Amino acid sequence: MRLFVKPAVLGLAAALLAGTTLAQDMPNPAIKARQSVMALRGFELGILGAMAKGDVPYDAEVAAKAAGNLVLLSQLDLSAMWPEGTDNSAASGTRALPDIWSNFDDVAAKAGILNEAALELQAAAGTDLESMKAAMGNLGAACTACHKAYRAPAS
Amino acid sequence: MARLLRIVLICGLAILGIGWFATRPEHVDASIVEAAVPDMERGETLFFAGGCAACHSAPDAEGGDKLKLAGGRKFPSPFGTFVAPNISPDPEAGIGAWTATDLANALLKGTGPRGQHYYPVLPYTSFARMSVEDVVSLHAYLATLPTDATPNQRNDVGFPFNIRRGLGIWKRLFFRDGWVVEGDLTEEQQLGRFLVEGPGHCGECHTPRNALGGLRLSAWLSGAPSPTGKGRIPDITPGGLDWSEADIAEYLKSGFTPQYDTVGGDMADVVANTSHLSVAERSAIAAYLKAVPPSGK
Repeated sequence: MRLFVKPAVLGLAAALLAGTTLAQDMPNPAIKARQSVMALRGFELGILGAMAKGDVPYDAEVAAKAAGNLVLLSQLDLSAMWPEGTDNSAASGTRALPDIWSNFDDVAAKAGILNEAALELQAAAGTDLESMKAAMGNLGAACTACHKAYRAPAS
Repeated sequence: MARLLRIVLICGLAILGIGWFATRPEHVDASIVEAAVPDMERGETLFFAGGCAACHSAPDAEGGDKLKLAGGRKFPSPFGTFVAPNISPDPEAGIGAWTATDLANALLKGTGPRGQHYYPVLPYTSFARMSVEDVVSLHAYLATLPTDATPNQRNDVGFPFNIRRGLGIWKRLFFRDGWVVEGDLTEEQQLGRFLVEGPGHCGECHTPRNALGGLRLSAWLSGAPSPTGKGRIPDITPGGLDWSEADIAEYLKSGFTPQYDTVGGDMADVVANTSHLSVAERSAIAAYLKAVPPSGK
């Protein structure tokens, strides 16, 4: 299972929990890392989105490249970026809900759906603009499904 | 003395009678409903534009289960907690036994099949901008959805709001005909106006309300506190939203914001519905939102 928490990570989490002030004051590198992955995904989506909205002309090659990167970004093993104690009740600077850690199977299933949607987008992005737009809709739904279930609303 | 008493009594009864008359639930003309011809494709569009499933599907329903309109979602408000009823075609638990006239009374007049007032948590204040043909089409489409036998739960509404007759007064005060945004609109903006002010009922959440729960139309779509008590529902007039029309249309399709974050909160349920609309319909919504008077002016 992808999101399995390694014993070493558990040890780290225990250490962080023991020093709660430390956990709250210092930006957690795992939180920073996973947010960076989200930023990368957002960047690639922005390239496709600009074409979908007609802000820049559609370019099959550029679109295929961005969609290919999204596939890679949806296949990364992020398990080490989700140590215990990095939910929004235990750590600052994150909107990750504690439910993530009690529903790893569902999170993994949703990650699988994201990967499928990214693969569909990769197949569509290089063919034509309309197919790409349709596939972006499915990818958006996959992103939203996980955010809706496991991310606290922006305050 | 007896004569005075009689006068007081007669006046009192007259006032009661006028009050009773003034608060009576209204009905559509059944002959007009019966003459209308349903258009199934139109019905499907209105189902998604109206977001029926966002409120009437079972709590936490996902995917295909969203078409099962079992009810059960709870809606807290300052007046009590309302529970969405089963509107699946089940003849017992749902509305399978309803005629198109029953549905037209519910959506266009806020009147239930037993002649009772509905609470405006069913946004008939917006739905009333649909035509009778629209409702007849929606009635035909709803009948094609899966049945569900989940029984309805009671609303948890305290005195005096549990007296439905009082809603007759509320309707007299706040149930208005006509469009909110008037003036010269392009054909596209007019389609957007129909979708936003009518079935889409965007104003029900995005417009602030007064103490009695009536929409403050002078602050149309300028944002409001969330009825859950947490957070705010955003200003979507040009005064509060600087997204381009293409940004808005993309958001309503894929849920992506211009920064490529995703739609959050209850709006995610809305986008799950608007993603089924046509490109032209989503663009029309965006065009209308740009034509709304900006907030703060």
